[in-house]
Amino acid sequence: MVTWIAGMLMLTVKLSLVLGVLLFLAAYLVWAERKFLGRLQVRYGPNRAGKFGLLQPIADSIKMITKEDIVPTAADPVLFMLAPAVVAITALLMFAVVPFGPAVVLWGREIPMVITDINVGLLYVFALSSLGVYGVALGGWASNSKFALLGGIRGAAQMISYELSLGLSLVPVVMMARSFSLVDIVAAQADYPFIIFQPVAFIIFFISAVAESKRIPFDLPEAENELGAGFHMEYSGMRFGLFFIGEYVHMQVFGALLAVFFLGGWHGPLLPPVIWLLIKIIVISLFMIWMRGTLPRLRYDQLMTFGWKVLIPAALVNIVVTGAFILI
Amino acid sequence: MTFYTILFYILAALIIVTTGLAITRRNMVHTIVYLVFSFFGSAMLFYLLGAPLLAALEVIIYAGAIMILFLFIIMMLKEEAPESRLFPFRQWLPATLLGFAYLVLGSLLVVSADPETGEPLQIATASPAMFGEYLFRTHWLAIEIASLLLLIALVGALRLGRFDESESRKAEDAS
Repeated sequence: MVTWIAGMLMLTVKLSLVLGVLLFLAAYLVWAERKFLGRLQVRYGPNRAGKFGLLQPIADSIKMITKEDIVPTAADPVLFMLAPAVVAITALLMFAVVPFGPAVVLWGREIPMVITDINVGLLYVFALSSLGVYGVALGGWASNSKFALLGGIRGAAQMISYELSLGLSLVPVVMMARSFSLVDIVAAQADYPFIIFQPVAFIIFFISAVAESKRIPFDLPEAENELGAGFHMEYSGMRFGLFFIGEYVHMQVFGALLAVFFLGGWHGPLLPPVIWLLIKIIVISLFMIWMRGTLPRLRYDQLMTFGWKVLIPAALVNIVVTGAFILI
Repeated sequence: MTFYTILFYILAALIIVTTGLAITRRNMVHTIVYLVFSFFGSAMLFYLLGAPLLAALEVIIYAGAIMILFLFIIMMLKEEAPESRLFPFRQWLPATLLGFAYLVLGSLLVVSADPETGEPLQIATASPAMFGEYLFRTHWLAIEIASLLLLIALVGALRLGRFDESESRKAEDAS
């Protein structure tokens, strides 16, 4: 019974810590994005609330929460209210299998530094990312607006296309680590990170991850100048905020997954493991913001051609080549 | 009654209720959402039986890929809520006959089964590696047949896509 209670307590502490850090980082990634983008476009970015605009995320969240929650009369109310939650929940839940350090011994108990280490961790991530598509597609459909519907259709098509290359690019990683568990995959990179052996897979995974989180140059589902705001056009207040949280948590999750699959996870010299993972997540997120400031949006046919005719064949060839090397 | 038994009955009730709702709803998007919940319940059931790999695959393939494709197609069609009406008589007759036959056969199977089948299955956890090895060692022929079928479907889809393109070009030339 004592073990059970201690385990439960430990799990609650880990869950609340991870949730807190994720939401805090999401809020400040929005700030960083606005500040960094501002500098890239030769303007200041937010600088009114607090020093360097540091209180801007807090002001924004107060505004979101106190705004009126509008459900359009023609909308499908239940699905309309459910869709933003699906996006945010699936993004947050993905973090449950990401290891953020080696197991720690505390009061004679070994505490694994991961919320849950299931033996199909990688597939769990894919299951959640494929369920996340429902948030976008249903949000677009339930709004009962032409622009939102177009955004939802684009989102669904884009996300299922790039999920394929996302999955295929990780097959070589699983072949090298010989496990689906994220803890084992990090352990297999104790000496060298996989990016040295799998640079092609790294690039394919990174591009697909940007497409999955619907960021520029792949932001067709919310293309502002054609569709208004795409699938989340009819949303207001905190429901819109949930879509936003979902997007920024997605950036962090994909940053963490890139770190886990290719950059050695929490492995790193001198600094403690958790700090290394955080640094990797933040650097990858900043890189995504930099890309947003640099690249124009793709056309829809370019997006589909690139996904199906370049990324997927390249990922398949990469699997064959890796298999040949492992056999030799 | 153990904890697992209670979970099983909750999940079984969820699957039956959502599947029933999926059959009876007239709004096609609602149908899909209920069906997704049903698949999700089945995935949880697989997990409860100690097959996390099957659970993950059920969610990825059925709930994640196939239902999204259905949703995609329904969103592309102009959605009209079909008026509520009963099916014509010629559809009722085979449906009733088949349903009755299924009911009789099902009850016969339950009645004539070994008393041992009433025992619940033992929970056995299989790691993905063990599962894969078993599958590819003992059922390789079935896998080959399934992949051949998928290859044929792929070639067929390619052919249909090509055909459509040349047709539209002809139409363009004509106009």
